[in-house]
Amino acid sequence: MNDYEVIIGLEVHAELSTNTKIYCNCTTEFGADPNTHCCPICTGMPGTLPVLNEKVVEYAVKAGLAMNCEISRFSKQDRKNYFYPDLPKAYQISQYDLPLCEHGNIEITVGKDKEKYKKNIGITRIHIEEDAGKLIHDAFTGDTLVDLNRCAVPLIEIVSEPDIRSADEAVAYMQTLKSILEYLEVCDCKMQEGSLRCDVNLSVRKRGQKEFGTRTETKNLNSFRAIYNSIEFEIKRQIEVLENGGKIIQETRRFDDVKNIGYAMRTKENADDYRYFPEPDLAPIVLSEEYIEKIKNALPEMPHIKKERYMSKYGLPEYDAEQLTASKYVAKFFEEANDICNNPKAVSNWIMSDLFRLLNENEIEITSCKITSENLAKLILLIDKGTISSKIAKQIFEEMFENGKNPEDIVKEKGMTQISDENAIKEMVEKVVSNNPQSVTDYKAGKDRALGFLVGQIMKETKGKANPQIVNKMLIEILNK
Amino acid sequence: MSVSKEEVKHIAVLSKLQLTDQELEKYTSDLSNIVDFANELSNVDVDGTKPTAHILDIKNVFRKDEVQPSYDREEILKNAPSKDAGCVSVPKVVE
Amino acid sequence: MDLYSLTLTDIAKKIKDKEVSIKEVLDSVYSRIEEVEPKVDAYITLTQSQAYERAEKLQQKLDNNEDIGILGGVPIAIKDNICTKGVKTTCASRMLENYTPIYDATVIKKLEDAGAIVIGKTNMDEFAMGSSTETSYIKKTKNPWDLTRVPGGSSGGSAAVVSSDMAFAALGSDTGGSIRQPASYCSVVGLKPTYGLISRFGLIAFASSLDQIGPFTKTVEDAALMLNVISGHDKMDTTSANLEKVDYLKAIVNDVKGKVIGIPTDFITDGINKDVREAYDKAIDTLKNVGAKIQEIKLEYAKYSLATYYIIATAEASSNLGRYDGIRYGYRAKDFEDLDDLYYKSRTEGFGAEVKRRIMLGTYVLSSGYYDAYYKRAQQVRTLIIENFKEAFKLCDSILIPTAPNTAFKFGEKSENPLEMYLEDIYTVPVNIAGLPAISIPGGFDSENMPIGIQFIANSFEEEKLLNIAYTFEQNTDYYKNKPNI
Repeated sequence: MNDYEVIIGLEVHAELSTNTKIYCNCTTEFGADPNTHCCPICTGMPGTLPVLNEKVVEYAVKAGLAMNCEISRFSKQDRKNYFYPDLPKAYQISQYDLPLCEHGNIEITVGKDKEKYKKNIGITRIHIEEDAGKLIHDAFTGDTLVDLNRCAVPLIEIVSEPDIRSADEAVAYMQTLKSILEYLEVCDCKMQEGSLRCDVNLSVRKRGQKEFGTRTETKNLNSFRAIYNSIEFEIKRQIEVLENGGKIIQETRRFDDVKNIGYAMRTKENADDYRYFPEPDLAPIVLSEEYIEKIKNALPEMPHIKKERYMSKYGLPEYDAEQLTASKYVAKFFEEANDICNNPKAVSNWIMSDLFRLLNENEIEITSCKITSENLAKLILLIDKGTISSKIAKQIFEEMFENGKNPEDIVKEKGMTQISDENAIKEMVEKVVSNNPQSVTDYKAGKDRALGFLVGQIMKETKGKANPQIVNKMLIEILNK
Repeated sequence: MSVSKEEVKHIAVLSKLQLTDQELEKYTSDLSNIVDFANELSNVDVDGTKPTAHILDIKNVFRKDEVQPSYDREEILKNAPSKDAGCVSVPKVVE
Repeated sequence: MDLYSLTLTDIAKKIKDKEVSIKEVLDSVYSRIEEVEPKVDAYITLTQSQAYERAEKLQQKLDNNEDIGILGGVPIAIKDNICTKGVKTTCASRMLENYTPIYDATVIKKLEDAGAIVIGKTNMDEFAMGSSTETSYIKKTKNPWDLTRVPGGSSGGSAAVVSSDMAFAALGSDTGGSIRQPASYCSVVGLKPTYGLISRFGLIAFASSLDQIGPFTKTVEDAALMLNVISGHDKMDTTSANLEKVDYLKAIVNDVKGKVIGIPTDFITDGINKDVREAYDKAIDTLKNVGAKIQEIKLEYAKYSLATYYIIATAEASSNLGRYDGIRYGYRAKDFEDLDDLYYKSRTEGFGAEVKRRIMLGTYVLSSGYYDAYYKRAQQVRTLIIENFKEAFKLCDSILIPTAPNTAFKFGEKSENPLEMYLEDIYTVPVNIAGLPAISIPGGFDSENMPIGIQFIANSFEEEKLLNIAYTFEQNTDYYKNKPNI
């Protein structure tokens, strides 16, 4: 396996989060009843014409600038002709030889700890195009049903250079793209809804061999796991074929996420002569310096810049800064919480340990989490003021995650306030000391473990609410009298 | 013949059209005649001439990103030869 | 004089002045249709019930002294490739034989906003592909001047209904001459406006960069009136020009003194019928006599227009007609094995021979390996043709050429050899290639009393100049007063 080098290029499709479709005024909202977000234009009825949504150009240019692309001053749209039931006009309006953005690159970070490395991945182009409809298999009749709600939702296709060398790099690339698109707010990046998905072009060649091997294209992968697994599968398959003296056939493939296997799609005869030609129903897109400058100046802080700032301004370690800035929503959560409690390391720790663990266990996104940034800040303040112990805080955090309650309310309701009143603690210490003479003797004989036992007894009495520092101080005072 | 039968067969496939043998003969000859005629363009010196991108001098014709109501599904599906469950229905798509 | 034989301008005035009721006008036209249509076969669909319903509403408004628009109550016919909500729009194809649009084309909205009444949909070549209306799947339209001859095409039905007084005006579409050539064959006025002047939204596309809607009328003044109604910017059509609204009726002035008429001597050469040539020369004299200056011009690339046209038009058509796949609307074959079979059979059975020929030619010129040699080169030659016209219009106000090299031919005469049929478009296609406005008006008759059309071409968006010159020519000749004996 090590004798082979893997060459991967990704074509990522990102649905733009515009209000309306690319060429008509139908909504792009997800999840409606089939064919209810349709009009004569997006269903390709005879006589209809497209008019381009201005936001599509703006969003694509944003993405291009964030990925260090050159923005085309003159760009046009083209027709890609093929027959398929999800494509009502029998052509997709896309961009062929003059895409909106070209020649960009992004930096990715791959691996962890000692094996961690950075790498630049080239972006060949970013172009705008329309999405196709959705085909639903009708198990009852055996027919296929066509839902055109998604048809003509705007997409950008981001094509990478064949710079990717492993499944890990592919996933890191995809994560970085997702993070950039989220930061820009041009795509909601809900992979499970298909608003961010990719096609993987993959070939292998013997190390030292100059020319590329024959590549295959695995289409429509919409989770990081599927991307990873399909690549591992395809690498293994191609090497096996070659090792057995076979040849790789250039083909389009699918990956079954559940069974974890890839398979070739039924090949269509001559299907890849798309007969591209300039779309006569649309005008060229001519962008001025002012237009591009204006978008450039309005770009939000990108993740890698934010990361640097988190390290210098908040004094966070690189690892923390990277984790917190990978998602725009996590970064936002962090900043909001810290603005209130001004304890960056504590906020960072809570997010990276407890919050991430609970989000993972429950498979939800931070945006749909019940804990607000404000409530996390309040929880941290309660600890900082000594109102609660950090042990109690963990319990409260779990409850906040469950029901979204304010931590102050939880503390009040359950009487979880820490006991810091010295007189009250003194009384308790005296009681425990008089009830455990043996331990007192042991302590005086130099057995340190006896002290721990006594502290434990006091905490038990107070259901963990006694301030442990005060308990310690008092106990030693009394024992040493 | 400037267009071969094989080529006509190929473009019939791309166009999703079936041809009888007789039609194949006829279209091969028709297309050859038309293509021969069109080949007169190869006499024109087009060096340095830009292809017409658009007949009008237009650019940047955009629409505002504002939602308008979609059509009733019944209307959208009105002309469909076969429908089911609010969708157009087609024979099983095999991938 | 029967109401149906009046001009658009006159009937609109009579209705407005309440000299006649809208119902009387409709009765007159529909009885004329009943009398003549069985001989001419120009309508695919008649819309009596909707028309009378609309007439009643308009009449009520008029009786209440409300404004019913400049075409208030006037019956108009529409070529059957322009979408009419709730009324079948077939493109004269088996593919769309039962297709009913769910929206109105922009021109239909504009006509109805101006008070016009749609009385029926007219026959045409299938998907507007043809020059004789013989490729219609629905019926064979005859030339009202001689029922053994074609009316021209592709808007043959629209030309025939205006020529035989079955409508006061009609809409057609012109991709390579489809308004002007049948207008010439049937002795009516046919105007092809500048590309972009009239919205194409709702016009079922043949070749998107060439298609343009325009009117058929009995006089040049009527054409100006129609243009006032249907022109103007439409935000539903990216290629619709955003210009200030013009009152074209102001151009209806009988005076061309000092206007320069260009004669492209290098373009009008062989292959032109002797009688057409004579009529053309006579037209030049007529213009000279009313004070126009005659200027020889060169259009050296115009002769390449036809080849250019057949590459660009068929390429665009092959893509535009992909949507007719038997899935969402239109013809679906009865028996099929699977999805692919459904595609093949529906398209093979749904399209006629000429449509298939053009789809295949267009597919060929776009297919891998041929794009540069055909499509790209054609677009380069197109640039040269456009430049040619630009230069020419520096020397003249309008170019005069025949509309067609011949007069109407007999059925079947040219349908065996497609190329021969295409050559009928030699004088009309350069205009579409360059996106210019042009008008065909009656310019004489041949030895068999078949009409001859004369064509004026103007620079982009100079419809006013075009109408002024055409009107002056019309008023100083009386060809337009002749009517077919039917």
